[in-house]
Amino acid sequence: MKTFKIIVLAKQVPDTRNVGKDAMKADGTVNRAALPAIFNPEDLNALEQALRVKDQIPGASITVLTMGPARAADIIREGMFRGADDGILLTDRAFAGSDTLATSYAISRAIKKFGDVDLIVCGRQAIDGDTAQVGPQVAEKLKLPQVTYVEEVQSVNEQTIQLKRRLDNGVEIVKAPVPSVITVTGSAAPCRARNARLIMKFKHAKTVSERQEANEDYVGLFNERPYLNITEWTVNDVEVEAEQLGLSGSPTKVKKIENVVLQAKAAKKIEATDADINLLMKELIDSHTIG
Amino acid sequence: MTNDLIFNIMANFYTDNKALKFHLSHPLMEKIVALREHNYTEKEKFDYAPLDFEDAMDSYDKVLEVIGEICADIIAPNAESIDAEGPQVINGHVKYARGTQENLDALIKAGLMGITLPRQYGGLNFSIVPYIMAADLVSRADAGFVNIWGLQDCAETIHEFADEEQKDKYLTRVCQGETMAMDLTEPDAGSDLQAVELKATFNEKKGIWLLNGVKRFITNGDGDISLVLARSEEGTHDGRGLSMFIHDKRNGGITVRRIEHKMGIIGSPTCELVFKDAPAELVGDRRMGLIKYVMALMNGARLGIAAQSVGVCEAAFQEALAYAKDREQFGKAIIHFPAVYEMLTVMKAKLDASRTLLYETARFVDYYKAYYHISNDRTLDKDERELMKKYQRLADIYTPLVKGLSSEYANQNAYDAVQVHGGSGFMKDYPVERIYRDARITSIYEGTTQLQVVAAIRGVTTGGYLAQIREYEKEALKPELEKYRRILIGLTEEYAEAVEKVVAAKDNEYIDFHARRLVEMAGHIIMSYLLLIDANRDMSFLKSAKAYNKITRQVVHGHGEFIRGSAVTDPASYKFEL
Repeated sequence: MKTFKIIVLAKQVPDTRNVGKDAMKADGTVNRAALPAIFNPEDLNALEQALRVKDQIPGASITVLTMGPARAADIIREGMFRGADDGILLTDRAFAGSDTLATSYAISRAIKKFGDVDLIVCGRQAIDGDTAQVGPQVAEKLKLPQVTYVEEVQSVNEQTIQLKRRLDNGVEIVKAPVPSVITVTGSAAPCRARNARLIMKFKHAKTVSERQEANEDYVGLFNERPYLNITEWTVNDVEVEAEQLGLSGSPTKVKKIENVVLQAKAAKKIEATDADINLLMKELIDSHTIG
Repeated sequence: MTNDLIFNIMANFYTDNKALKFHLSHPLMEKIVALREHNYTEKEKFDYAPLDFEDAMDSYDKVLEVIGEICADIIAPNAESIDAEGPQVINGHVKYARGTQENLDALIKAGLMGITLPRQYGGLNFSIVPYIMAADLVSRADAGFVNIWGLQDCAETIHEFADEEQKDKYLTRVCQGETMAMDLTEPDAGSDLQAVELKATFNEKKGIWLLNGVKRFITNGDGDISLVLARSEEGTHDGRGLSMFIHDKRNGGITVRRIEHKMGIIGSPTCELVFKDAPAELVGDRRMGLIKYVMALMNGARLGIAAQSVGVCEAAFQEALAYAKDREQFGKAIIHFPAVYEMLTVMKAKLDASRTLLYETARFVDYYKAYYHISNDRTLDKDERELMKKYQRLADIYTPLVKGLSSEYANQNAYDAVQVHGGSGFMKDYPVERIYRDARITSIYEGTTQLQVVAAIRGVTTGGYLAQIREYEKEALKPELEKYRRILIGLTEEYAEAVEKVVAAKDNEYIDFHARRLVEMAGHIIMSYLLLIDANRDMSFLKSAKAYNKITRQVVHGHGEFIRGSAVTDPASYKFEL
């Protein structure tokens, strides 16, 4: 029987919960240096669902995939402390400045290189951007079905997965084929704590760059224990078109930043009809909210 | 939506309290950990064994951080509902409160059972110090819950005295998360365990021991694996007829008749158990149940209760401090009034004093146990044997001392914490009300304070405490701390004179009469020295060292005065004519 392979997409994010006055830069982007870096909370919910799948399917494996600077390897280790088997850090200056489109492009290419995968799990959204776009875009680029707002993986086998979705007005139980992409909400079960034995087993795990940077006392260890080598991929390791990466691949431009005090109390209900959606789109474009 | 969750993630009972890391990084740890880790040779066999001393300490630190997180995120928030709900008996078995089960599941998933047990059974092979620190943390979060989790230290007794087959079977299961119980007390055998009557008979046909009778006040009595003290020698009536047995819940034979309705630690099920032909395995040698194994079991449990007491001291202090900063009266926060800030400083001093004595004791235990386990693999050389004996002696006199004194301080701090809250503290609206009730048991179970004094008095009469005080006296201190040492040297003389006077009377009742005073004098001087040595290493302890020095003067002078004015005929005037 082949291994059931799960990829968890995780992001290291600035901790926007304790925002001071220097949290934003003048150009309207997040000042990452001023905020502590943490495991994006909903990605932890996603990891827990992946771990539960692994608990159910003997021999299943979990790989944490993250894109970011060298220090993002921290969250791969965090994932391993909780039960992930290994991780891949996608890191290169060429990825810098990516918006959700360029990010999902790079991530989807990395998943392609990874090869056969049975389930891709990620948090609904990250607390630094709140876009909720990367998961769905990765699914589109990989031409995989997607189920969003998942609160619980109810059952899973090699062919199908049954999921509970948490929606505004209730829950929905859906079945999806394997492989699929699922995005998990913060209302799902919190992630289990780090495991003592796994911490001790994996705490020395490092990427190649980290090993070069650090004054490493345990040089021989990485040959003796292959699982301590965290895979690191640069732009040269994945098949990509350069113009789709980083700033050039990112159509999102921050026009301006302003403090908004929400005043309007009225709500407007849009029916799920083409006519209503067209009206809404027109209104949003007219008000320059989008476009 | 996720805000509550997110803010909880930030809280951590280990990282928010730098006293813990301070005690963890004591200079003696290098030796202790090397002994425990057989000079770091297990790394070839186990992927989670430390590579060297720094690596081991880093692991302790990281694992304690996980425990601190679970304490703040899960255990502390569950404490209130567990206290309200309590466990139930269903069909002769215990069902924990919802929160209790949740706490336990979280700790098991995090691999935090069998912390001190060897890796060959799936344990973490941690030294006693970080284990006791974990108990200190869990107790701060919920003093009732720490009982259930902390009973894993019964496994130490199996580790020390059971045979290989029993160790393989039971220690492995403890490491996987099975809970334990120690079934000692009976309706007519409480403090006096020699009176235990639960009957163990060897069934020749089945080739097994069967237990029959009743046990009472058994903490977590429905645990998966129980150590049971029973009378195996028919016709005997004292401690020499008692043996120790392991009972496996999977084999049945024990039903829970009722759970006691208690004042505090409500989440911890205190059971009355009925044994009906309950199959059991003998541990070690017959007749050694009370004399040898219960003593080992009790010493471990007493250190556990000391850790629980320190956790309660901490919880009480934290609650009182937060309230005093927040509550305004007469136009300012009440922490600015002398009556309140003095109370808080004294609470903190008692907390720091209890904690430093706790870890000093844990190091002594660590030392001798490490040598003990090595002695099972190879013969110790002469120096090693002497070190083992020295630390065992110290552990034996420090364990009742720290259990007795820290549990009294847990009560005093809980009392004062309610007092700082005023009328609000009397209501169920604040955690101090529960902490106050939970604290009360610490000075009662695993031997009352009065019984700890009975065990500790040997440290007074044999000169064990005095010898160790003289060791502390020699420590190098910063010049600004010298004056406190001089005060303690004076107090030590006063203590030594009091001991001499009482012992010289050659009257056991007279010694018993003054025993608590003498033990308290020694204990205060020891804790004062330890705080001074702590302050020498980290000046943040200076405030508590100074405050505790004053408390020590009061106690030693007060008790010294009592003893100086006391005649050997004194006890008679306190007696009741019945």
